[in-house]
Parts: sequence; C-alpha cells; structure tokens
Amino acid sequence: MDYMLNEDLLAIKEICIEIGEKHILPVRAELDEGNEFPREIMNVIAQSDLFTIYIPEEYGGTGMGSMALAVATEELSRYCGGIAVSYAANALGAMPILLMGSEEQKKKYLPKLASGEKLCAFALTESEAGSDAGGVKTRAIKDGDHYILNGTKQWITNGGEAQIYTVIALTDPDRGARGASAFIVEEGTPGFSYGKKEDKMGIRASATRELIFEDCRIPAENLISREGYGFMVAMKTLDNSRPGVAAQAVGIAQGALDEALKYAEQRKQFGVKINSFQGLQFMLADMGTQIEAARALTYAAAGLIDTGSKNIVKLSAMAKVFASDVAMKVTVDAVQILGGYGYMKEYPVEKMMRDAKITQIYEGTNQIQRSVIAKAMIKEAKRK
Amino acid sequence: MKFVVAVKQVPDTAEVRIDPERGTLIRDGVPSIMNPFDTYALEEAMKWRDELGGEVTVITMGPPQAESVLREAISMGADDAVLISDRAFAGADTWATSHTLAAAVTELGAVDAVFFGKQAIDGDTAQTGPSVAASLDWPQITFIGKVRELNEKSITAERYVETGTQVVQAELPVVLTILKDANIPRVPSLRGKMKSRKAQIPVWGLIDLGLTEYETGLNGSPTKVVATATPEARIGGQIHEGSTEELVAKLADLLLGEGSEG
Ligand SMILES: Cc1cc2nc3c(=O)[nH]c(=O)nc-3n(C[C@H](O)[C@H](O)[C@H](O)COP(=O)(O)OP(=O)(O)OC[C@H]3O[C@@H](n4cnc5c(N)ncnc54)[C@H](O)[C@@H]3O)c2cc1C
Ligand SMILES: Cc1cc2nc3c(=O)[nH]c(=O)nc-3n(C[C@H](O)[C@H](O)[C@H](O)COP(=O)(O)OP(=O)(O)OC[C@H]3O[C@@H](n4cnc5c(N)ncnc54)[C@H](O)[C@@H]3O)c2cc1C
Repeated sequence: MDYMLNEDLLAIKEICIEIGEKHILPVRAELDEGNEFPREIMNVIAQSDLFTIYIPEEYGGTGMGSMALAVATEELSRYCGGIAVSYAANALGAMPILLMGSEEQKKKYLPKLASGEKLCAFALTESEAGSDAGGVKTRAIKDGDHYILNGTKQWITNGGEAQIYTVIALTDPDRGARGASAFIVEEGTPGFSYGKKEDKMGIRASATRELIFEDCRIPAENLISREGYGFMVAMKTLDNSRPGVAAQAVGIAQGALDEALKYAEQRKQFGVKINSFQGLQFMLADMGTQIEAARALTYAAAGLIDTGSKNIVKLSAMAKVFASDVAMKVTVDAVQILGGYGYMKEYPVEKMMRDAKITQIYEGTNQIQRSVIAKAMIKEAKRK
Repeated sequence: MKFVVAVKQVPDTAEVRIDPERGTLIRDGVPSIMNPFDTYALEEAMKWRDELGGEVTVITMGPPQAESVLREAISMGADDAVLISDRAFAGADTWATSHTLAAAVTELGAVDAVFFGKQAIDGDTAQTGPSVAASLDWPQITFIGKVRELNEKSITAERYVETGTQVVQAELPVVLTILKDANIPRVPSLRGKMKSRKAQIPVWGLIDLGLTEYETGLNGSPTKVVATATPEARIGGQIHEGSTEELVAKLADLLLGEGSEG
C-alpha cells in the first residue's frame, strides 16, 4: 500500500534500506549470536543523519517528527529488531528533554544527540518497579546545588553504551508517584556505574544493563522540569514513544513475511512449490493483511503526535498493542512456513520470532496497554 | 583543497540480460547506477576533504539523464557537480572521453587532484583515468589501495599491483585511480539527500569547454569499431571423482590420449 510518503520520508526509507543491505544484513546473525552492541552501525546511522530526525532544527536536528522516526524504525527493524531498538531507544532517552527540558538543557544536550556524538537512554524500571512504575525506590536528595542519587535501575536499553541518561528518582518518597522527579545523568559522573549486562532471548544486539547510583552527585540544573513532575515526564515520554515500538513490531513482521514469501516460492514438496498450497496461502494472506493494518494504525498514531495533539494516549497504546501482537503471530507463522529450516539459525526467521516477543513487553506490557486503552475509552464515553 | 571526482553512469550489470540471438546487451529497462568503483573514488576524495578542508566537485560526461548519478554523489556528501553533456560528445571512445574530461578539469581551475574509479563495469578499459592524466600532463597514480598521506603539496599512496605493493609519491596536481580496498563508502545522509534535491547542476557543452567537434565524440575518436562478435561459448570441462591415486592415473590417461570419455 502506498501511504503517499513525502520526499523526506522516502529519503529516510532509502537510507535505511541502504544501511540495512550494506551494513546490517552481513552482521546481524553474528551480533545476535555474540550479544554484541552494533557500535559501528550506530556510527553509520549517525553519519547518515538518522539521529537528527526527532530533534528540532534549532538544536541541530532536522525536526521531522514522529512519523519520520516510525518510518526509520520500521525500515531498520526489517533487517534487525535489536539494532533498530538500539537506534530508537535514543529517541526514548531524549524524549524527556525534548518534551519538558529547559532551554539550557536542550541547547546543551540535543545537538550532541542529533549528531550521534553521544547516545542516550531512558531509565525508569527497577527490580521491584516494572508495570507499577510508581513503585520506584531510587532516591534523589537535594544537597545545596546538587542532588545525590542512590538506587539501581534495571534493564535499561543502551545501558553502558549511552553517555546521557534520563533517570526517574524519588525526591519525596512520602508522596509516592507524585514525589518522583526526572534527571539527566552523564556517564562518568562519580558514583554512577554499570551493573550486569543481560543475556536475552531476543534483540540481542541491543544492550540491556543495570545502572547503579551510589551517592552520585549531579548538578541541580540537571533536574528536568520540576520536582514532583517525574512520573508525568515518564508517562508523557512513553505515550510519545510507543508508536516507535509499534513501528519496530511492523518492521520485524514485514521482515519475517518477506522471508516466508521468498522461501515459499523456492521450496518444493509433493512436486510443487509450497506456496501453491491453499493452507499456506491463507496464512500468507493473513500475515500480509495484519501487517498492513498494524502499519496503518502505527502511522495514524505517529501522525497524530505530529499534529501536536494532546490526546495521543489511546491511539499510541492501540498501535503498540496491535502491532506487537501482529509481530508475534506473524513471526511464529513465518517459522511455520519455513518448517524445520525455519527453526534453524541458518535462516533468519527464528531470530525474528525471538526479537518480536519483546515488543509485547517493554514500554508497558500489552496487558497494561489494554487497561490504558479501556480507561481512555470509558472516560471518553462518560464525556459524551 | 579542491578535489574532482569523475563518475560514470553505467547499467546495473546485476540486472543486465543478454539478447541470446544478437549477443548484445539488452539495455532497455535496465536501471542505471553510479559505476560501483567510483563510489570508492568519491569516498576517498570526501575523506581527505573532511580532513584537510576544501571541496569535492563531481563530474560526469554523459546524456542528460546521467545527472542522477551526480545527485546521488551530492546525497553522499559531494559539495557540487557539473554535467558534461553535448550532442557533440556522443560516440566518444576513451581518447575523446578523456580529452573532454580533461578540458572540464581545466575549466574548473586550481584542481589539486582528480579521483577516478579503477574501471567502469561496462566499458571496462581502465583507460580513462590514465588518459586524462596524459591529456593534462599531470602525474598519475593508478590502482591505489591506500592513500598514506595527502597534503597541500604531495601525495603518498600504495598501489596494489600483481607483484605486491608499490609505494609511490607524486606532487600535486595529480590524477588518481582508486581500488575498493581503499575505504568503505559512506551511505547517503538525510541532509545530503535534501541538498541533492535542490542542487543546481550546471551543464557544460562543447563551447563551454572551448573544444571543437573534431576533438570530441565520434569525430574525435581514433578508435573505429569494424565489427563486434561474441566469442564461442566454452564447452564445460570434465569432472572426475575418486581417490588421489585414481585421479592421477586418470589424468595421466587423459593427457596421453587414452581412456577419453568425451
Ligand atoms: C529487553 C528489555 C529492555 C527494556 N528497556 C527498558 C528501558 O530502556 N528503560 C526502562 O525504564 N525499562 C526498560 N525495560 C523494562 C520494561 O519496560 C518492563 O519490563 C515492563 O514494563 C514490564 O515490567 P516487568 O518486567 O517488571 O513485569 P511485571 O510488571 O512484573 O509484569 C509481569 C506480568 O504481570 C502483568 N501485569 C502487571 N500488572 C498488571 C495489571 N495491572 N493488570 C494486568 N496485568 C498486569 C504484566 O502484563 C506481565 O504479564 C526493558 C525490559 C526489557 C525486557
Ligand atoms: C568507437 C567507440 C565508440 C563509443 N561510443 C560510445 C557511445 O556512443 N556511448 C557510450 O556510452 N559509450 C561509447 N563508447 C564507450 C566509451 O568510450 C567508454 O565508455 C568511455 O571512454 C569510458 O571508458 P570505460 O567505460 O572503459 O571506462 P574506464 O576507463 O574503465 O573507467 C575508469 C574511470 O573513469 C571514469 N569515467 C569513465 N567514463 C566516464 C565518464 N563518461 N564521465 C566521467 N568519468 C568517467 C570513472 O571514474 C571510471 O571509474 C564508445 C567506445 C568506442 C571505442
């Protein structure tokens, strides 16, 4: 389907295809196997200006917005979900600064993120605070013109690879979620170290790591927005970034469908190509249809954000839930279409199936998304 | 520094089919691309521009549609481009092509180095670079696998030749032909693509280059194509299997003209 992508979006797509074909395809299996961060590919992405697209022009970006980010993430995900999230997590990490940062913070950090000179990450989750993000325990205590951070963040994408972290910590534990605040922490700050790097099922090229804060002193000017606004910053950040996860899911699914179509054209059984069996044709038809629907919903959600609408929560969540469920189903079916070969690491679909699973979990599990959608719908219905 | 890169638009050989009856290339519907070897020449020029400052100008001689490779070069980071195009340039052989490209380099003025690909994947002669050097009467270093040093005055480069590596130094201005070992070409950037869409690309013809019809195109080409022919397809060889002893015996039989199986 033709979404009438404008010249800029088509240019982004072409660049991602070139990066995918030349730089990702030859190494994706190796990076997956080795649990290895795609440092060189991040440099290529930086040089091709893809880090500029979600950063406004006045801060060194090209200011193309959410739709452009979705197109880039989708296209890179067709080649590798792990590399794509290593890219997209930068936008997630930058989002608190973009949405709520001060002019000084924007001037100081955004140009370096736009050029790719520095990578970025977002740190909310802790061992005891996953879906219940309000349960974070990391403390930030004001001490003159500094804050002192103590606590451990868990499962932070780009952890150990990024140089700039946006971190949610409690400034007023008595007030629970309302006592949380958002901070910028730079790599190399004394008291800030990295914990263990996770060994994951999928998106293995991406780094997922603990951040440890032990009496880590950061300048008070690194507070984003105001004390007590941290939870709001986090929620707004996720509302804006969920179409990115949806785009990742669409891309992974499209990659799997492409492989399934290619294989079904080549493989013969019972003397005919397996794509002549109606049983497989119906699977392929459903896969293609579901992907197209997921893509339409993803672009709609990203497009809505670009209009500047404040009412993005429901559509963002819908896109994330739908596209990630599609990605899981389509990648499982792609393995099925490749049969035993699909189960082997020699073919890329088993990796795609492993990569797809995370899209149902991170940036809010699909259960949490469904309750967000339902709450928004119930609220809307009451207003009518 | 002022660098020029000569690029050629060629048919994508991965897509080319041969007309089995006439033995000629079917060019219709075949996408045109930048000669793959020229991407290394472009990258090398841009790499040194990024280090030393200055600008990279890309030139191509070809029909009006060859402009697309110039836009592609700008999207990869070239500063500007010139299309060398005129009906009078049609049918040029390597001598006429080189003579015309050399005139364009002279017209650009104060050029420090001209970068060429190793060869074009269609014409395949690898003559254009050296011939431009001869036309300009500049030194040339061909088959460069690595540029060791480049400064305002001179270049030191490694030539990868059959017998090994040759280290050559030359004074600027110079003509260089670049191998794919030299670098990994960058992908186009978003800003480059935006710039390439808007770029004004001048077209230089016969008069702009101060040339006459007798030194360009078919008229200016000393080469005359008398006939073209397709070589006979080779018959496939024989494959024998077995232990080393058996194979040696078999080979000896064959060489001595016995036991031939056809
Ligand atoms: C690879 C990876 C990368 C990540 N990257 C980041 C990152 O960069 N930054 C960051 O801050 N976090 C990150 N996370 C954390 C991620 O967002 C959380 O894992 C996610 O929000 C779920 O939290 P949890 O794992 O603790 O699951 P839990 O909250 O313990 O959930 C367990 C199960 O209970 C269900 N459940 C929980 N509450 C409810 C409810 N109210 N109703 C119905 N069902 C419920 C969940 O859906 C799930 O099925 C990452 C996680 C992974 C695995
Ligand atoms: C009698 C005759 C008639 C011909 N008529 C035609 C014709 O009508 N149309 C036609 O397309 N070809 C024609 N050719 C072919 C044409 O002459 C060659 O393609 C051209 O001279 C370049 O040689 P090559 O392809 O072997 O390139 P090579 O010498 O192998 O190329 C080396 C490098 O030179 C540079 N380069 C080569 N060509 C150009 C160019 N045009 N502009 C900028 N840089 C370049 C590139 O950097 C390239 O990597 C004719 C050839 C002959 C002998």
